[in-house]
Amino acid sequence: MSFVEYGDTIKDGDTAIVFLGHESMFPVKVQHGTVTQTKYGVIRHSTDLIGKKYGSKVTCSKGGWVFILHPTPELWTMNLPHRTQILYSTDISIITMMLELKPGSIVCESGTGSGSLSHALIRTVAPTGHLYTVEFHQQRAEKAREEFREHGVEHLVTVTNQDVCKNGFGVSNIADAVFLDIPSPWEAIGHAKSALKAEGGRICSFSPCIEQVQRTCLAMEEYGFTEINTLEILLRVYNVRTISLQIPDLGKAAEDNSSTGFDSRNTSNQGSPCANLQQGTVQFKSGVPLREMVGHTGYLTFATKS
Amino acid sequence: MPPRKIIFEKQWFYLDNAIGHIYGTTFEVTSGGNLQPKQEVEETTAETKEAGTDNRNIVDDGKSQKLTHDDIKALKDKGIKGQEIVQQLIENSTTFRDKTEFAQDKYIKKKKKKYEAVITIVKPSTRILSTMYYAREPGKINHLRYDTLAQMLTLGNIRAGNKMIVMETCAGLVLGAVMERMGGYGSIIQMYPGGGPVRAATSCFGFPKLFFDNLHEFPLSKVDSLLSGTFSTETLPSEPEDNVLVEEESNGSTDEKQTSLQETEEEPTTEAAMEINQTEEQETMDVNAEDVEFKENKEKGYKENIREKQRKQWERRKKLIETAALLREKNADGLIVASKFHPTPLLLSLLEFVAPSRPFVVYCQYKEVNRVYYSAVGVINLKLSETWLRNYQVLPDRSHPKLTMSGGGGYLLSGITVVLDKGNSDSSNLEALKMEEPSSKRCKVQDLHC
Repeated sequence: MSFVEYGDTIKDGDTAIVFLGHESMFPVKVQHGTVTQTKYGVIRHSTDLIGKKYGSKVTCSKGGWVFILHPTPELWTMNLPHRTQILYSTDISIITMMLELKPGSIVCESGTGSGSLSHALIRTVAPTGHLYTVEFHQQRAEKAREEFREHGVEHLVTVTNQDVCKNGFGVSNIADAVFLDIPSPWEAIGHAKSALKAEGGRICSFSPCIEQVQRTCLAMEEYGFTEINTLEILLRVYNVRTISLQIPDLGKAAEDNSSTGFDSRNTSNQGSPCANLQQGTVQFKSGVPLREMVGHTGYLTFATKS
Repeated sequence: MPPRKIIFEKQWFYLDNAIGHIYGTTFEVTSGGNLQPKQEVEETTAETKEAGTDNRNIVDDGKSQKLTHDDIKALKDKGIKGQEIVQQLIENSTTFRDKTEFAQDKYIKKKKKKYEAVITIVKPSTRILSTMYYAREPGKINHLRYDTLAQMLTLGNIRAGNKMIVMETCAGLVLGAVMERMGGYGSIIQMYPGGGPVRAATSCFGFPKLFFDNLHEFPLSKVDSLLSGTFSTETLPSEPEDNVLVEEESNGSTDEKQTSLQETEEEPTTEAAMEINQTEEQETMDVNAEDVEFKENKEKGYKENIREKQRKQWERRKKLIETAALLREKNADGLIVASKFHPTPLLLSLLEFVAPSRPFVVYCQYKEVNRVYYSAVGVINLKLSETWLRNYQVLPDRSHPKLTMSGGGGYLLSGITVVLDKGNSDSSNLEALKMEEPSSKRCKVQDLHC
């Protein structure tokens, strides 16, 4: 296992994802002789995990079962220990595409935070690219280094513990892209520019507040960045449900019900409306939006150095 | 070779002068259709700015612009620079001085867009091409918006070293996006309907030849036989003569359209242009061959043609056997579907080639179709989702969301494969999959209350 390469079987030292059910999972470090408690009972690593195929169903001591999944940056994002607010896969996806990242890209990032974006960046630029990530909080920087080592990606990333606004990224003229997720990104635009390759590159800044965006855009313009573009991406998730709605009783005679406009012959299972006249209901499948959704994470401002 | 005339946004020009400049260079189109790198001009708005505070006294009498249509046309015909035309328009606008500073800004921007012909030549990338296709040819990519494509690449964990299965009818855009993210490492098997895969958009990326070394293709119509074990190459290219023709015709026509699309776009790279020329040459070659065949008098050419066809057939067959073997391993690292077809049967069959604990992503323009698969087994963490994309205007004191946003960029169904229970044999499991989820009583009650 590694975050940049699929493996078939679970090995000692792997980070695996225990999937308990809908949206319920957690990461586990696989170690000989260790046990993990779940609500379905105990998982014994030596016998239940090591040597098994990723994607297997594992029966726990109480008879319940879980699936063991191969780690990916996306699963890690959903399960990582939070040290800061993190970026989620929806924002990460548009960042990766708009920064034009691919194998071989050199990326600068600050701050490292909890490493949610870092893992996704490393995945994309591997095996020949590199991530230079800057975190001014010493403890967070060290924790990130430790995780990268555990996940088998330390050769693809350099963590520097310094203030990006004062000291920059510690590299110059080598980056294809720069990403900023700091409180005052406008103070780091100059450093970002010098980190980018002489022939140009892309930059992205993530900020929750519009005032931050305005200052950042002004700074980008001042430093000669072009193609400045601010956007926001929102994820809408749907639950798939079979809905049945009661037909109102308008006092018509029972025989007349057949002319209510619902095609009672069309009871196929392709999700088309199905009238069950005996019960006085109409059934159909629908994608129902969640009652609550994330309405705002942050504005993403992209620009080009050319 | 005569210089190729490019038509873009009602302009025409030749690209010759662009060669040797770095990507991102902005050019002005001169009268002869030549490109000239644009000099950075200091905005000459240093002159005393005069502006109104509101529009209470501005009346739309249609007479504020003192220049007539004919005057403007005359200026254009004289070959006067767009910049100067804009300046003249401002000077001859009686209301300009009374407009607010913001309104003046807006006026200038609008006029500049119309009269100052500048183009920027940029390097192709998934970002550029997917934005371009969504804006210009959304029908060709099933209205797959670029942020949705970005989601697919992330949810599918596309990266170097993967063995991916891609089934798309998005002109090869999705394939190109996957190829970009894999950087030539690993392998891709493209499942295609009809006579051959369409890769018009793929060719716009200008990928190095090496990227195509591990790109395989497999006809969708042979999937069932491969799964049931009756697949044989003997039955295969008995009909390729027609097939090849269909393939080249369809490819040719899309390429042709592609040419026009590119001509109207800002970055026809020389590589892409070369590609098009090559396919054109190929086409004319084939047509000639056909003619020869019909005339039946030039024996030598005919024989050579037959031999050539046999060689091509043999190669096709060999490649097909290789691809079938790759699929039979049933250990693909993911599945990406984005087509005009009903996704459920595609998913049910193609997932069999994917290893457990691997992500899959299915795009569909319609939510209704994607949710049919929702209740299946053998997969977990199923998610039906959609993204919304909102663009912002950020200017001092004038920041707000852009007036319009895209109404729909399609829906994604994503999930992760798992090891199937041994209890269920494959076939019975498939039957279970094909059946609609029995409507649960529990849902009924809940739904009525929401």
